[in-house]
Amino acid sequence: MLKINNIHASVEDKEILKGINLEVKAGEVHAIMGPNGAGKSTLSSVITGNEAFEVTQGEIMLDGEDLSELSPEERAHKGVFLSFQYPVEIPGVSVTNFMKTAINESRKAQGLEEMPASEMLKKIKEKAELLDIDRKFLSRSLNEGFSGGEKKRNEIFQMAMLEPKLAILDETDSGLDIDALRIVANGVNKLKSKDNAVVLITHYQRLLEYIVPDFVHVLYDGKIVKTGGKELALELEEKGYDWIKNSVK
Amino acid sequence: MELKEKLISSFVAFEEGLKGEHERLHDIRLEALKLFEEKGFPTKKEEAWKYTSLNSILKNDFSIIPKNETVVEYKEVKKYLLSDSDTYKLVFINGIFSSHLSSTTHDGLDVCLMSSALTKPKYKMIIDAHYNTCVDKNDSMTALNTAYATEGAFINIPKSKVVSKPIEIIYLSTTENQALLVQPRNLIIVGENAHVQILERHQSITECSVFTNSTTEIVAHKRAIVDFYKLQNDLDTGTLIDNTFIKQKQESRVSVHTFSFGGKLTRNNLNFYQEGERIDSTLKGITLIDGKQHVDHYTLVSHNQPNCESHQNYKGIYDDNSIGVFNGKIYVDKIAQKTDGFQQSNNVLLSDKAHIYAKPQLEIFADDVKCSHGCTIGQLNDEAMFYMRQRGIPKKEAKALLMYAFTDEVMQSVKIPELKTKVARVIAKKLGVSMGFEI
Repeated sequence: MLKINNIHASVEDKEILKGINLEVKAGEVHAIMGPNGAGKSTLSSVITGNEAFEVTQGEIMLDGEDLSELSPEERAHKGVFLSFQYPVEIPGVSVTNFMKTAINESRKAQGLEEMPASEMLKKIKEKAELLDIDRKFLSRSLNEGFSGGEKKRNEIFQMAMLEPKLAILDETDSGLDIDALRIVANGVNKLKSKDNAVVLITHYQRLLEYIVPDFVHVLYDGKIVKTGGKELALELEEKGYDWIKNSVK
Repeated sequence: MELKEKLISSFVAFEEGLKGEHERLHDIRLEALKLFEEKGFPTKKEEAWKYTSLNSILKNDFSIIPKNETVVEYKEVKKYLLSDSDTYKLVFINGIFSSHLSSTTHDGLDVCLMSSALTKPKYKMIIDAHYNTCVDKNDSMTALNTAYATEGAFINIPKSKVVSKPIEIIYLSTTENQALLVQPRNLIIVGENAHVQILERHQSITECSVFTNSTTEIVAHKRAIVDFYKLQNDLDTGTLIDNTFIKQKQESRVSVHTFSFGGKLTRNNLNFYQEGERIDSTLKGITLIDGKQHVDHYTLVSHNQPNCESHQNYKGIYDDNSIGVFNGKIYVDKIAQKTDGFQQSNNVLLSDKAHIYAKPQLEIFADDVKCSHGCTIGQLNDEAMFYMRQRGIPKKEAKALLMYAFTDEVMQSVKIPELKTKVARVIAKKLGVSMGFEI
């Protein structure tokens, strides 16, 4: 599904990604771990087309199509979703109206009619229940005054609404207490199917107890330096990132 | 001949043409003309007009006295009216009342013409008591209006009357080749416990050089509630100077929402005078302009009595080479203890060439007051843009959604539903999008 070949990316002329290769197949869950500053969030920004980052080399293919020249919204229309580490507050736009706009813009791009209001409401209700979200919450302004946990849960709610092909969850576990973490992980697991894929970006292995990855990659200094199964996460937790740093040197 | 000279030398002939006015008016006009003669048109040398120049506009050869009635069909002007709502309407074309487009009343309240109020004996007392009493007599543009104004809206709401439908005051312009100076004059008196909603609009139907110098006086008696809306979305040939003076009595609540979406040059002089305790004054505005448009908000809230509040909230979005000015003055008299004055001006510049000049001006002489002001100038938030685009919302729509969100605080307090929808549509149209929902 996703194939990243030798990606180099920089921000303000500072090279952050130094040749990343990654292949994610439908039905798989990949975890990308690594110390702070390794380039984890840059990787998610580059896949989703954030214009603050410049891709200097390499290609990002989704189902055989090169995404490099596509705008963030075009990538989203092709089924790429990012759960933000720091979701942005947008006062004056309710969660519901935001989702209606997002879904209908995607449908418009695919040449479909707008989703009928009744269908939209039904979907909102169903997905809100999946993530244990109070209906009142949905009429509040997007992310405004939300707690850290509420923001993350709202991200996964949006993911459930948009049903992406490829979901990248960037530090979704940070700011979540254990109950919220369970709800979010349970939501992600229910949304998982043989046709979609999930990339988890995380600093700690805590989330991986709930969403079990098929592959774990360790990112360090802009490169994937180690790849393994879920046991690699445990090894990392035990030995710390210094183990990686030392083995790379 | 320069416009100023023309106005001074034409005055005698103008006054001779007036018939049957209350005698006091001659003195009022003459006194005002003297002040205008002394001060002339404002220039950039004056602090209050530092960023707004009338020079290019004054060069036109204006017709200064309204001529005959121009007939315009309802279908041509329908879009400028609240057509779905039942309203009282006062419609003027080139400064002259258009009876077939209007809907006046004397049934339980007066919604009628200033020209009747200035001449008919039954209105003499009320004109003597209120006409030209709220204005700043040292302001030259207001003085010019006072000298020449003959027509406009006269609205008199008696005690305890809750006016069931909004009142629309619409000034339309349509001329060919002839530049036009129009000077409407409105007087609105809202009795004790009465409640009214009013919408005012100045609009060119065709491209023509129209210079409107409007003056509005509002007297809100004890516990009166007045919701006033100004919709400014003129063509790029129209210039508007709006002088509005509001005198509030004890416990009255007056709000003015100013929506500035168009016109070549717009200057809003909005003045509130609090003359009683526990008064509430609200001044809100949305400015959304582009091209070479220029909008200048000059507000004054004069807190003259204790225990009153004022709330100012102006949002501005400026694109292309447009220029915005916000100057907000809050004056607190030494006896006006426990005043709560709040002022906020938030601005977004969408282009490198757009300008906003924002200046709060607080003059506080009491020692137990709460006054705050805040001003922000920002660009479009890149992170928010990326967030929305990541969800599949295209750049243009994402920008519009952010701008909608930005204006939301002001939109929330619009109490006429059709107006709210209309304003939301104008915003969407200006931003080049159609949104799937109304705000």
